[in-house]
Amino acid sequence: MSLSVRLRHAFDAFSVDAAFEAPRGVTILFGRSGSGKSTIVNAVAGLLTPDHGRIELDGEILLNTETGLNPPPHRRRIGYIFQDARLFPHLTVRRNLLYGRWFAPRAARHEDMDRIVEMLGLGRLLGRRPGHLSGGERQRVAIGRALLAAPRLILADEPLASLDEPRKAEILPYFERLRDEISVPILYVSHSGSEVARLATTVVALEDGRVSRQGTAAEVLGDPMVMPLGVRNAGAVLEVTVAAHHPDGLSELDAAGIPLLLPRVPYPVSARIRIRIPAQDVILARERPVGLSALNVIPATVESIREGGGPGAIVSLSTGAGRVLARITKRSAEMLDLSEGGAVFAIVKTLSIAPEDIGGER
Amino acid sequence: MDWLGPEEWQAVALSLKVALWATLASLPFGILAAYALARWSFPGKPLLNGLVHLPLIMPPVVTGYLLLLAFGTRGWLGGALQEVGIVFAFRWTGAALAAAVMAFPLMVRAIRLSLDAVDPKLEQAAATLGASRIWVFVTVTLPLILPGVLAGAVLAFAKAMGEFGATITFVSNIPGQTQTVPSAIYAFLQVPGGETSALRLVAIAIVIAMAALLASEWISVRVARRVSGA
Repeated sequence: MSLSVRLRHAFDAFSVDAAFEAPRGVTILFGRSGSGKSTIVNAVAGLLTPDHGRIELDGEILLNTETGLNPPPHRRRIGYIFQDARLFPHLTVRRNLLYGRWFAPRAARHEDMDRIVEMLGLGRLLGRRPGHLSGGERQRVAIGRALLAAPRLILADEPLASLDEPRKAEILPYFERLRDEISVPILYVSHSGSEVARLATTVVALEDGRVSRQGTAAEVLGDPMVMPLGVRNAGAVLEVTVAAHHPDGLSELDAAGIPLLLPRVPYPVSARIRIRIPAQDVILARERPVGLSALNVIPATVESIREGGGPGAIVSLSTGAGRVLARITKRSAEMLDLSEGGAVFAIVKTLSIAPEDIGGER
Repeated sequence: MDWLGPEEWQAVALSLKVALWATLASLPFGILAAYALARWSFPGKPLLNGLVHLPLIMPPVVTGYLLLLAFGTRGWLGGALQEVGIVFAFRWTGAALAAAVMAFPLMVRAIRLSLDAVDPKLEQAAATLGASRIWVFVTVTLPLILPGVLAGAVLAFAKAMGEFGATITFVSNIPGQTQTVPSAIYAFLQVPGGETSALRLVAIAIVIAMAALLASEWISVRVARRVSGA
């Protein structure tokens, strides 16, 4: 199962020129708004015809501007979860869910309505109309509707962007379940580091319509040269194992032998999870500090120091647990006399890791 | 209906028949024209727009005369249609055609307004779920514009009931064949002692128009509630 995209499209003030491969799992198109993410998904869905391009899904060509092949959206069997849900207002939730099933080939209807309803917690909503649903409920129905249309690929265009924080926290786990339980590949558009950290199997970073980096979440978010959202939102991802839950409300994680303490995580002991460590919340010290309130002290080696135009610098650290990024001032870097290959300690406050930056299989 | 003379009763029945047929027969074309104007872009779009709205602004007599030229027995369309057994000239069918043409702009405007209110993004969503264009129209667009379609139909019906100028020019004023309520009122007013008959028809015209308006209000409120999902 794989999607291969290559396209070029020029708008009045902006152009997209991107090529990437999306293997199975969740591929996140990652970039700030206006970086060309929506142009790409709309071209894959058939809602926009790019100037030049070739899109292939599982060996079937969905678009080839050279031969003029460009089947309409309804022949592509690609489920699209829109940012604004776009439920049909005149149909009940049940009939919204079943809408696409009607048009799907009989042999492809392998998703069971009951299973989807259970998975997305839609049981109590089936008889209602979209006008009576909350934003989060609407988005859950939209997810179910796309799944039940028997798609070969699912597109999700910033499905959480129009929701408030509690609703985001409500919906994100459903996408994690989708990734882990549904075999259909997902192309997911996002400008949130948290979503990338928690969901991505593959990340395609986009800047000004060009692919600036493609790789795993840890590779892309840990790359100090690729910051599609700017340094303020930088933060590397560590893959860790839940080691123990302590009675004082903390969870102990094992990051390749290095113990980390976080506020209680909702995952069982021995679960593999990902945590995103915001670069601005990392403090560096030359010596192992004593008498410090922060609980996590990670021995590290400086890999690189990237100085920006402002007063700050991004220090890329190699640790036993993986790469960690730290955002400090140039002045601090000078004071500490940091240099590539030098040994430091990275200090991370337990409470600085937000719940939305923690995710994994439940 | 003892208080109506046979001639008056005939005019009322004929008017209802003419208006009903004019509305029903033009409705599919009205929806198509509204859809084309609201959603498609094509070279002749301003021309189509003008053509649809022309009967609204032209003197009705001109519309009627043009209809006579085109659909009269010696007209270029009328002659051809006569070959296949369809005759408009001086028949109730001609009165229905005149009424339909005159009511068409009102119908199209009402439907187009409701089409403009339907978010094309919903139609896109339906397409990604596998619905072809015709299915998108039938399952999403049409249910959502239903209040507008009903409003347009009722408006067209009321206009068709009252159509006078184009009808009398095109198909004359033949009792039992082309003499609708307005033509009958006109005819009664031309003869001495006809005022009472005319007044009775006037009362009926008012009642029918009022009833149509109330019915449309009632239907569209109900449909709108269903469609909006609230």
